[in-house]
Amino acid sequence: MNLTGTGVLLRHHLRRDRWMLLAWAAAVTALYYSQAVSVAGLYRSQADFDSAAATMRHNTAFVAMAGPARALNTIGGQVTWQAAAFGAILAGLMSMFLIGRHTRVEEEKGRDELVRAGVVGRHAPMTAALLVAMIGNLVLGVGVSASLLSWPLAAADSIALGVGLTLCGWLLSGTALIAVQLASSARSAYGIAGLVIGAAYVLRAVGDVGNGALAWLSPIGWYQAMHAFSGLRWWPAVLLLAGAAVSTTTSYLVFERRDIGAGVLAARPGPSRGRLHGPLDLAWRLQRGSVLGWSAGLLLIGLAYGSMGHDVGSLIGSSRSTRDLFVQGGGSLVAGFYATAVAMVALLCVGFATSSALRPRGEEVDGRVESLLATGLHRSRWLFAHVMVTVTGTVLALGLGGLGLGLGFAMVTGDARNVGPWLLASLSYVAPVLVLAAVARLLYGLVPRLTSLAWLALAFCVVVMLFAEAFRFPQWVRDLSPFDQLARVPEEDFRRWPFVALLVCAALLSGAGQLAFRRRDLR
Amino acid sequence: MDNVIGIAGLVKRFGSTTALDGLDLTVRRGEVHGFLGPNGAGKSTAIRVLLGLLHADAGVVRLFGGDPWRDAAALHRRLAYVPGDVNLWPNLTGGEVIDLLGRLRGGLDEVRRRRLVADFELDATKKGRSYSKGNRQKVALVAALASDVDLLVLDEPTSGLDPLMEAVFQRHVEQFRDTGGTVLLSSHVLAEVEQLCDRVSIVRAGRCVESGSLADLRHLTRTSVEAELVRPVDGLDSLAGVHDLDQDGRRVHFQVDSDELDAAIAALSRCGIRALTCAPPTLEELFLRHYGDEAPQGEPVPA
Ligand SMILES: Nc1ncnc2c1ncn2[C@@H]1O[C@H](COP(=O)(O)OP(=O)(O)O)[C@@H](O)[C@H]1O
Ligand SMILES: [Mg+2]
Repeated sequence: MNLTGTGVLLRHHLRRDRWMLLAWAAAVTALYYSQAVSVAGLYRSQADFDSAAATMRHNTAFVAMAGPARALNTIGGQVTWQAAAFGAILAGLMSMFLIGRHTRVEEEKGRDELVRAGVVGRHAPMTAALLVAMIGNLVLGVGVSASLLSWPLAAADSIALGVGLTLCGWLLSGTALIAVQLASSARSAYGIAGLVIGAAYVLRAVGDVGNGALAWLSPIGWYQAMHAFSGLRWWPAVLLLAGAAVSTTTSYLVFERRDIGAGVLAARPGPSRGRLHGPLDLAWRLQRGSVLGWSAGLLLIGLAYGSMGHDVGSLIGSSRSTRDLFVQGGGSLVAGFYATAVAMVALLCVGFATSSALRPRGEEVDGRVESLLATGLHRSRWLFAHVMVTVTGTVLALGLGGLGLGLGFAMVTGDARNVGPWLLASLSYVAPVLVLAAVARLLYGLVPRLTSLAWLALAFCVVVMLFAEAFRFPQWVRDLSPFDQLARVPEEDFRRWPFVALLVCAALLSGAGQLAFRRRDLR
Repeated sequence: MDNVIGIAGLVKRFGSTTALDGLDLTVRRGEVHGFLGPNGAGKSTAIRVLLGLLHADAGVVRLFGGDPWRDAAALHRRLAYVPGDVNLWPNLTGGEVIDLLGRLRGGLDEVRRRRLVADFELDATKKGRSYSKGNRQKVALVAALASDVDLLVLDEPTSGLDPLMEAVFQRHVEQFRDTGGTVLLSSHVLAEVEQLCDRVSIVRAGRCVESGSLADLRHLTRTSVEAELVRPVDGLDSLAGVHDLDQDGRRVHFQVDSDELDAAIAALSRCGIRALTCAPPTLEELFLRHYGDEAPQGEPVPA
């Protein structure tokens, strides 16, 4: 192996990535630590906690989502159950993006050639990328262990939860590094690596619901098999470590079988003739992956929330402040809970709507707009095509999210009367979601450099929704969030005028953005 | 209207940088017009203003007699553009892009499309992300040359093509001109412009410094000759068209006007040639020689 220059590259990568690594570590640590916080605040007595734990353990949907139900009536058991699977997924995603970014993406953009022309060994770039990912996962593990130790939870188990996460991340770094050698583009490398992570999650879900055998095929299953806070055992960690060694070694062997810039799997050819007829065809083709992906995601999340069924009462416990969060209007607990669930689905949908509204910006920055607009295509028609996709995608994603809620509820309780009303409830959020998309559009038209501010608007709405009640925000601050204007269906009755007003507001903001776009320089 | 493109006194600033500083450019119907200038001179910026992608800060810009900022889409139906940096959609094939751009322009000539794809040896089934720079350029060139338009605007179109493909490109541009089309061809390579263009405008630091037919600019197209001879040569300095002679025993180095090249080489060969290199002067050399006095003020002057 020729590793000359690995150190220089590694230092360069760490410099470039330091904030990103910190953000991942903060997010994953928060995922674990916040479970402890919320569980501790949720139940006023151990009896409360015991009965909630009993309800959870028998809910198959929960077990499929989170993992084997063990020691759910303890804080440590809850943290492990709620966070481990998702923590492992996040570690896998982080590894995949870090490795892709420093290998495939660099090769694709031609910067890799520049680096390799210097005094750099053949294996240095991929080794540097691997080390960045390993360091990143180490930071995640340390963050998780340290935060749980500070709670304080049992020391050995806290450390095990962090060590398992790091090892799981190392294993998935190895598979990501294999994916990068196989695929011939960053996109398909992410596709393969993402598939591995998804498969690991699904195998453990099926295993946990069934007799447990399939979970042994999944690194996430091995991580959970360490039984942190419920009879800790260390030997599954050896499995993870061995898996990491095998996958990493394999990736180096596969690397030997490919040329720089190419993949082991050749890129598939496509049609030699085009069927795209106009701007709308193109905008849909560019965004359909994102539209369908988000729609499927919201459907699943809806199903997950819905499958809590009537159990929400015992799950939420009797804590006053939690009840306040879910039942803001004073209706029944179930209606209040699902009103909040609908709003959460809508907030997630803003993620789609904003990124879709900013897609034209990406097209412009990547220099793909020039050729298009030098044809008979008018600027405003080009942009309007993307607006149409944003609006259609928002309606679709919200509709499926609402449908998921109703169907999930019906599957668990056998009561299908809520399917229609909750679908409509979810669709009523089309208005505020489009307002936020329109804010992004306006920024894009007026000051494209500042488009990332659009994400601040989303953050603001999240903060208002989650914390306005607890921290007693003044009314005018709450009023700024378009979500706060809307009736909390199904807890309250739908009110027509706020809905219409928000739609008009969205149309005006978006229209202003489109007008501004017509009058500015293209970059 | 005999002028397809008329630009006068065009100014374009980006913050504190002035990319175009009173640019003039006239392109007549039916000519191949070379738009020549070193990197950063403002060629791409001028073209982007001409296409209505950028808004001019001052000056007059006419395209087919119309205002490209106001009537961009309508005017664009009559032209095809190949940007300097062709970026394709990673998940669309070259063929899909060619057809899309063609349809947006109002249709492609099917026969010509097929011939161009064959001539440029383009694999139209590859996805955008797997094309090299040269192949991306070919996609844009095929899309442009296969459409039925009056004007081609080409921004350094051959910068990624190999010499063989450059020849194919030149053949197709000539055919386009022979059927009455007009071409604006930007380049920083003098030789390319010489091969194709009827008239040339030379731009430097956002301003047009020379404009005319190639014959007018003949003084720019000298060849630089370096030779090692069997015995010293006499009388080179008295030959017509020889400049900047630098003679050191049996080694000579000089510039010669292209139409006097024959006589100069004949004089050399009478003294026996051991080694000979002839090269067109680079654009940078030209600029140094002809416009050196206009170099930006404040540059350090060697003592
Ligand atoms: N969008 C922009 N923002 C800032 N400066 C720019 C921009 N586009 C071009 N420039 C500057 O304008 C000048 C002319 O650039 P350009 O037209 O690309 O030159 P050319 O095409 O002749 O190489 C350069 O100095 C370049 O840095
Ligand atoms: Mg340029």
